[in-house]
Amino acid sequence: MKVHIKYFASIRETIGLSAEALETEAPTLAALREALIVRGGVYAASLAHGRALRMALNQVMSLESASLSEGDEVAFFPPVTGG
Amino acid sequence: MNPAQPAMPRVLIQTADFDLARVIAELRAGDGRIGAVCSFVGTVRDRTAGTPGSISSLELEHYPGMTEASIEAMIDAAHHRFDIYGARVVHRIGLLQPRDQIVLVAVTSAHRGQSFQACEFLMDYLKTQAPFWKKEQTPEGANWVDARVSDDLALAKWGLTSLPGGNAG
Repeated sequence: MKVHIKYFASIRETIGLSAEALETEAPTLAALREALIVRGGVYAASLAHGRALRMALNQVMSLESASLSEGDEVAFFPPVTGG
Repeated sequence: MNPAQPAMPRVLIQTADFDLARVIAELRAGDGRIGAVCSFVGTVRDRTAGTPGSISSLELEHYPGMTEASIEAMIDAAHHRFDIYGARVVHRIGLLQPRDQIVLVAVTSAHRGQSFQACEFLMDYLKTQAPFWKKEQTPEGANWVDARVSDDLALAKWGLTSLPGGNAG
């Protein structure tokens, strides 16, 4: 299936990309994160476990256990600091 | 108000500055039930850790679409939880300078208690749930601002958590 990925703030800067489309069989957000970490380099650096990371699925804050479906929009970003 | 002018949306995300008096006038317009208006304005500090002048500018990034939807959901939650008549949130994005206004929350109700509470609730919610990120420009270079545990604690007092572990955790 195809998913649309977005990166924000420090993660966007480290990866050097604000969005990408990806063909994946990852069943969950956790599995998608793992697939990106396996790429190594800036992906591993910014998405590695132990780093403060938040995820949104179709523009709603979500847990790593959330399931992925065709056409989903997934976002990776650091904890929010607005207001 | 000019009848041709559409009502102001509940949520505005904009680079331009805002006028608190105009937002409140629009929120109160024609509503005789209102006996209380409570508002909060957040502004850009010129310092971190008490060093004046250590911040030369502040840049705000956000997640278009999710930002508006998440704040709309917060306002719905405020209406559900408190006896309020209306609420508006304006949040600026882009490049800001020290002393600039960043965020405005305004709420109306019959009596002050519900407006005070709803205004604080909306700010606590916004701090931990709305997808904005601040980057400070300092003499040593640019830094992304870290989330604060105190903001998670502020949300927790309403019986809410952002996610397991909080936003800052």
